[in-house]
Amino acid sequence: MATEILMPALSPTMEEGTLAKWNVKEGDTVSAGDVIAEIETDKATMEFEAVDEGTLGKILIAEGTEGVKVNTPIAVLIEEGESAEDAAASVEKAHAGTHEQGAGHPAPSKVVDEAGPGGQAPAPAVPDDPEIPEGTKMREMTVREALRDAMAEEMRADERVFLMGEEVAEYQGAYKVSQGLLDEFGAKRVIDTPITEHGFTGLSTGAAMGGLRPIVEFMTFNFAMQAIDQIINTAAKTRYMSGGQMSVPVVFRGASGAAARVAAQHSQDYAAWYAHIPGLHVAMPYSAADAKGLLKTAIRGETPVIFLENELLYGHSFEVPELDDFAIPFGKARIWREGSDVTLVSFGIGMEYTLKAAEKLAEDGVSAEVIDLRTLRPMDTAAVIKSVKKTNRCVTVEEGWPVGSIGNHISAVLMQEAFDWLDAPVINVTGKDVPMPYAANLEKHALTSVEEVLEAVRLVTYR
Amino acid sequence: MATAKSKKKSNTSKEDLLHYYREMLLIRRFEEKAGQLYGMGLIGGFCHLYIGQEAVVVGLEAAAEEGDKRVTSYRDHGHMLAAGMDPKGVMAELTGREGGYSKGKGGSMHMFSVEKHFYGGHGIVAAQVPIGTGLAFADKYNENGRVTFTYFGDGAVNQGQVYEAFNMASLWKLPVIYVIENNQYAMGTSVGRSSSTPEFYTRGEAFGIPGEAVDGMDVLAVKEAGERAIAHCREGNGPYILEMKTYRYRGHSMSDPAKYRTREEVQKVRETQDAIEHVRELLLQGKHADEDELKAIDKEIKAIVNEAADFARESPEPSLDELWTDIYA
Ligand SMILES: Cc1ncc(C[n+]2csc(CCOP(=O)(O)OP(=O)(O)O)c2C)c(N)n1
Ligand SMILES: [Mg+2]
Repeated sequence: MATEILMPALSPTMEEGTLAKWNVKEGDTVSAGDVIAEIETDKATMEFEAVDEGTLGKILIAEGTEGVKVNTPIAVLIEEGESAEDAAASVEKAHAGTHEQGAGHPAPSKVVDEAGPGGQAPAPAVPDDPEIPEGTKMREMTVREALRDAMAEEMRADERVFLMGEEVAEYQGAYKVSQGLLDEFGAKRVIDTPITEHGFTGLSTGAAMGGLRPIVEFMTFNFAMQAIDQIINTAAKTRYMSGGQMSVPVVFRGASGAAARVAAQHSQDYAAWYAHIPGLHVAMPYSAADAKGLLKTAIRGETPVIFLENELLYGHSFEVPELDDFAIPFGKARIWREGSDVTLVSFGIGMEYTLKAAEKLAEDGVSAEVIDLRTLRPMDTAAVIKSVKKTNRCVTVEEGWPVGSIGNHISAVLMQEAFDWLDAPVINVTGKDVPMPYAANLEKHALTSVEEVLEAVRLVTYR
Repeated sequence: MATAKSKKKSNTSKEDLLHYYREMLLIRRFEEKAGQLYGMGLIGGFCHLYIGQEAVVVGLEAAAEEGDKRVTSYRDHGHMLAAGMDPKGVMAELTGREGGYSKGKGGSMHMFSVEKHFYGGHGIVAAQVPIGTGLAFADKYNENGRVTFTYFGDGAVNQGQVYEAFNMASLWKLPVIYVIENNQYAMGTSVGRSSSTPEFYTRGEAFGIPGEAVDGMDVLAVKEAGERAIAHCREGNGPYILEMKTYRYRGHSMSDPAKYRTREEVQKVRETQDAIEHVRELLLQGKHADEDELKAIDKEIKAIVNEAADFARESPEPSLDELWTDIYA
């Protein structure tokens, strides 16, 4: 059997190269490891070793040829008794037609169509919120309590679940979210860490590979920047890199976004950052019920989850159904208000501004439909599109920075999927494009406001 | 390593002792005032007081020379005052006003002074450690004979970047003094619960960095240790570690449940180890000053702090245009 020798890729960025010199000629015997050619890459001139043995039957690409694409056959090795000409002919036939296709230009793939705008990986179909049976008792509780209950319930149900983070155990949580968990579950499962985010993030990722189900609390997500490499490079990518063999079922949770005058290094909103990453799921709930139901789903799932909470929302109270098992699926938006004149899309603390704005608008006779995305990856863009086809106008609201924001993504989706239904450009209401200042008056202006939402609605409704 | 209080009162001059007393008292009164203003809602966000740890910065500043640099964490008010920054500008930053060192944009955790070689005020635990190492890199590069004091806590000491910095500092013989302010707690976590080995002054051993433990409640011991460290650095021997055994009297920041230690523990340190009391005794015992003279100093310091507080209250809020300035050079 003849063996083709292909143009090698000798650097990570090499797409083509120059076949500078052949060190062997047709008819020579070649053993594995012999340097048979010199090849110039985009970085350097490299020696090219044979990996197989045989007789060099035919040289297909002559010395000095430039622009030889990676993987082009450059020679054929033949075994004893084979004819060089036959071998070469069969190789050429097999590769007929490959030359037109440049290495740097992959053929348009069907994935783009299937995935929808932006080429996002297709999200699996998502069921609705679990039915809340008639007569279910509702209990008012804070977001803080709802998060604690979700963790406690899942820890009771599954021995593999544990909580780890700074001050989560004895101190009961820097923001008291883990209150009482140490008492109930003990120090084996509720673990205070040293201040060493990159370390314990990597450790929990390894523990998840080892069969456990860690919940990692970042005191706030600002400190997760210390750990960003393990989150993105390991937790998010391992399933893919292992060809689906290995999952990393870890939940990274904690507060994100501005609190109150804690200045530039403690106020960043991470919604858009993590929503950017394939391999992660990202939730950013607003209500206590959603916080509870989504956190339970996050803990049960196989995918690493970024669970973005908000310090200012921890103390807010909402009705939460008293059900034994209240888990809310990812990828399903919640419609808080139905309306016909404009669609307001938000999530997390952005909902505060949005719901207040919608109320004011109602007083002025403008009917706003309010969508809470709840999860940013997967994102329920279908709900937004459906709503905009009804209202023909859309304003997005978030506290994060404007460039590369969640609102930007929604605008792009609407432009591609609902262009003909839009009667006005989509407006993204966001935080200002500045690091968070400390001064009270400046901080107020750096954040967005109900006024800004109302102004955006005025613009898109041409009033 | 010995950490007993130095009993050397004789060879410290009256002027020096009075200077330490004044400096430490300024920090303590300033911090008490900041606590009050916080309670009144004039200061917001996180505010970490330095009360109890005054001897560390005052002792090291006494050993430093003009042009030496310093960088620290968010618990930074004491460092700034000891470096000679204006109490008015510091307090006005705490209230978020135009007259503050960062025009109100930085707040308690983020202040800087190029003039006084104070490089911040950093909110991310241990981030200042490589920064201080880099300042020292620049000094070595510029061959200017300066050293950099890089302060960090007993909690920060477990961050990975500390050891990355140690290795480079030792490898390249950088003139940096790592000052570990071991106040025994990182928020609510005691050293025993966070650290596999609590002798932080030995943490440089693997990198060939010498270290010593110092009684950080004794300003004279701190100064002496500082002089040894500085000499080591200036002679081109590379980094040095000083582990300051100290104690914070107040909560971690303004909202601290304080359940991780007893009142008695705090009380005991205050009564038996207080750095200001120590110098006060040396002054009185050595007959360098009498009660009346010390009272006069107290009054003088109080006046400085009150002036700073008045300034911080009266300085206007930054103009809204400031939101958009200083983002790019
Ligand atoms: C990377 C990072 N993680 C967590 C925090 C939250 N935090 C702020 S101060 C602190 C404790 C630090 O203790 P220590 O280093 O001993 O310094 P001290 O406060 O005692 O001066 C923590 C956990 C932070 N600011 N940065
Ligand atoms: Mg400490």
